[in-house]
Amino acid sequence: MKFTLKLWRQKGRTEPGAFETRVVEGVSEDMSFLEMLDKMNNEIEAAKDGVEPFAFDSDCREGICGTCSMVIGGRPHGPGELSTTCQIYMREFKDGETITVEPFRAAAFPVLRDSVVDRSAFDRIIGAGGYVSTNTGGAPDANALPISKADAELAMDAAQCIGCGACVAVCKNASAMLFTSAKVSHLVSLPQGKVERTPRVLAMVKQMDQEGFGNCTNEGECEAVCPKGISISHIARMNREYVRAKLFGA
Amino acid sequence: MTTLDAKIPSGPMAQKWSNHRFNLKLVNPANKRKYDIIVVGTGLAGAGAAASLGELGYNVLSLCFQDSARRAHSIAAQGGINAAKNYQNDGDSVHRLFYDTVKGGDYRAREANVHRLAEISVNIIDQCVSQGVPFAREYGGLLSNRSFGGAQVSRTFYARGQTGQQLLLGAYQALMRQVKAGSVKLKTRCEMLDVVIIDGHAKGIITRDLVTGTIERYSADAVCLATGGYANAFFLSTNAMGCNVSATHRAYKRGAFFANPCYTQIHPTCIPVSGEHQSKLTLMSESLRNDGRVWVPKKKGDTRAASLIPDAEREYFLEERYPAFGNLVPRDVASRAAKTVCDDGRGVGPGGYGVYLDFRDVIKRDGREKVAAKYGNLFDIYHEITAESAYEVPMRIYPAPHYTMGGLWVDYNLMSTIPGLFVLGEANFSDHGANRLGASALMQGLADGFFVIPYTIGGYLAEQKPRQYDTQHAAFDDAEREVTAKLDRLLAVKGDKPVDEFHKRLGRLMWDHCGMARNEAGLKGLLQEIPKLRDQFWQQVNVKGSKGSLNQNLERAGRVADFLEFGELMALDALERRESCGGHFREEFQAEDGEAKRDDENFCHVSAWQYQGDTTKPELHKEPLTFEEVKLTQRSYK
Repeated sequence: MKFTLKLWRQKGRTEPGAFETRVVEGVSEDMSFLEMLDKMNNEIEAAKDGVEPFAFDSDCREGICGTCSMVIGGRPHGPGELSTTCQIYMREFKDGETITVEPFRAAAFPVLRDSVVDRSAFDRIIGAGGYVSTNTGGAPDANALPISKADAELAMDAAQCIGCGACVAVCKNASAMLFTSAKVSHLVSLPQGKVERTPRVLAMVKQMDQEGFGNCTNEGECEAVCPKGISISHIARMNREYVRAKLFGA
Repeated sequence: MTTLDAKIPSGPMAQKWSNHRFNLKLVNPANKRKYDIIVVGTGLAGAGAAASLGELGYNVLSLCFQDSARRAHSIAAQGGINAAKNYQNDGDSVHRLFYDTVKGGDYRAREANVHRLAEISVNIIDQCVSQGVPFAREYGGLLSNRSFGGAQVSRTFYARGQTGQQLLLGAYQALMRQVKAGSVKLKTRCEMLDVVIIDGHAKGIITRDLVTGTIERYSADAVCLATGGYANAFFLSTNAMGCNVSATHRAYKRGAFFANPCYTQIHPTCIPVSGEHQSKLTLMSESLRNDGRVWVPKKKGDTRAASLIPDAEREYFLEERYPAFGNLVPRDVASRAAKTVCDDGRGVGPGGYGVYLDFRDVIKRDGREKVAAKYGNLFDIYHEITAESAYEVPMRIYPAPHYTMGGLWVDYNLMSTIPGLFVLGEANFSDHGANRLGASALMQGLADGFFVIPYTIGGYLAEQKPRQYDTQHAAFDDAEREVTAKLDRLLAVKGDKPVDEFHKRLGRLMWDHCGMARNEAGLKGLLQEIPKLRDQFWQQVNVKGSKGSLNQNLERAGRVADFLEFGELMALDALERRESCGGHFREEFQAEDGEAKRDDENFCHVSAWQYQGDTTKPELHKEPLTFEEVKLTQRSYK
């Protein structure tokens, strides 16, 4: 197979960026999208010229670490359902197709180079309250507090978030509500997390706003591109938590 | 040769750890903030350690090469975490978990460490639940368990097929809480390139900021490496792309002994290689072996579709060879059996290196729906990669490098042979012997990070004056100069070959001669080939760009350069260990039935290698393994 790639090239955070066109030939349909980029980069590395390989993030290549982050053909993580960039295979594209490859774009995700962006804002949102304040040691027996299967399953549905940022990249408001609400919802579903529900939701939402993420206007695109299928019902739940915290406090 | 002192506490096995904790010196709470500790890596061991040390009041610097601490490769562990809770009333106990781990490791682990691990396992589950880890539960609200690879009791706790993810996020959240509190400073996209040794003690590190390219110096009173394993020496493995040996290898070159580098685990259930382009291998959870049946055609070169091969012409080789454990034999045993039938020309799929993992019978018995509820996500992953439905046709699987039991040598306190340099998790060698049991890696990572290092590091620091040296010390100058020179050298080669080409060639050599089966001639050949390949790398590689910016080409080149040195150490260790044990299978040393044949008389020891310079053979030191509690027997799963 043969593809024409339109790659977003940007040398650094403050440098201007532009699309560069490259043709990649000899692609097999069993290659993953990232293996196709590896092949292209290997060709760039072997050429004795000043062109540098295309920078992109990837690590586990099995859809769980949340590192890979590209907008492929206008869609975060490309054409697959419930998959990350690393889980896209070339058999999903038509031979001869032109494919655009861009970074996850948002004011709160500055571009570091080519498709590599800085998502540390997510870490700061978690740091603001996305945890249970329990020090190591001194925890009671794990079975001391029964938790209904339904609550545990609901917590797990939300906790599956891989923190990739596709929800932000696809949203016209660059909102991080799906990401933030997934953690709020995970923790408030469990008795261990309920204790700090009020300060948590207030601090996390505040941090989210400070980072420059927008708000949710119920478009639902985030859920559609989320590789883990995190439901926007968690956003509704976070909004309820937030209102509850504001109205009733602790 | 020196005899290594593991500092194993005296007294009965079950009391060693509690006695030791009492005997360890303590650092006064008010003094803890005067001590700086560096923790490299943010997986279960690293994030657990950094968070716990921060909570205690130490001044911690935590580093990772990923863009977020949440992305360390612990996140990819699927199956579960073992703990001797005996919630199922099926006869489990600390002693049984201890015994199973020593036996599973083919009697090449240190008893006292393993016992401590089994004791701590129960605290880990309590801790994780209190952090909000959503483990699977029964309808009554209590925790659910399953049995896992090679265990006859149900002691594995799990969170769907994403246990590693949930445990890591728990540790990551604890870490971010300390970052917010100011006790831990976190630096992401930052790679450790050297350890700085002053007066024989580890007192800092040199790093490269992967965004700006800046070389940075950090001083500390102690350094903890939690930098994972080296399975990417094989190029193709289930490890993440970024997993590398550089931190531990460079510590080795600074004088830390490297123990048992030849002990590598080849996981039996991975999706087979589909072509040259492949960048990594994907694991299919071992839990599939609970219901899937492993078979190959009896006839060589049988190219009929699986469904057209009647039962009488199939060989269910694990069930036939190991009737007691069947498809649930430990990983090393299952992997070797698959290799044997494929080498015999009976493998399936393109290239002939694959065996079937068939769900036909369980689907017939329980129905497709029940099977989907249990394994649906794994069947989806398989479909995504191969475009085949495991509901319709059997999966094809083949073993792949997955985990490395070897690592930097540590004593009972997790301290390496360099005072002040501690090594945690997969990066050390201590608990799994020659083969790790399923669901034990998560247990060890968290044990080291949450419950061992917070105690043992105090014993070391209590005898150190805090902040004796700063980054102006000449040792920092020297280390930084060497690091910079190496980067310059990589950039100066300006050949015409990509980095990956050398990594793939190394991986192929390692897999062929130091993989699932090894022999003297192959290993000797490998020791000739690796230096040649390394020379070619340094003459022909082309690293583009500069060192002063985000340069993934340069990052990979540095890591591959280290693998090209480290591969030799793996081969050397495999050659010297003239026995078969666990994941180390020497073809010359096998029983008549093809099973691994240990040599307890001559090899019941840990092999720890001391660097002697680039052109001199490293010196071998031995730590004899003595067994007080467990009787050494031939492992049998028949």
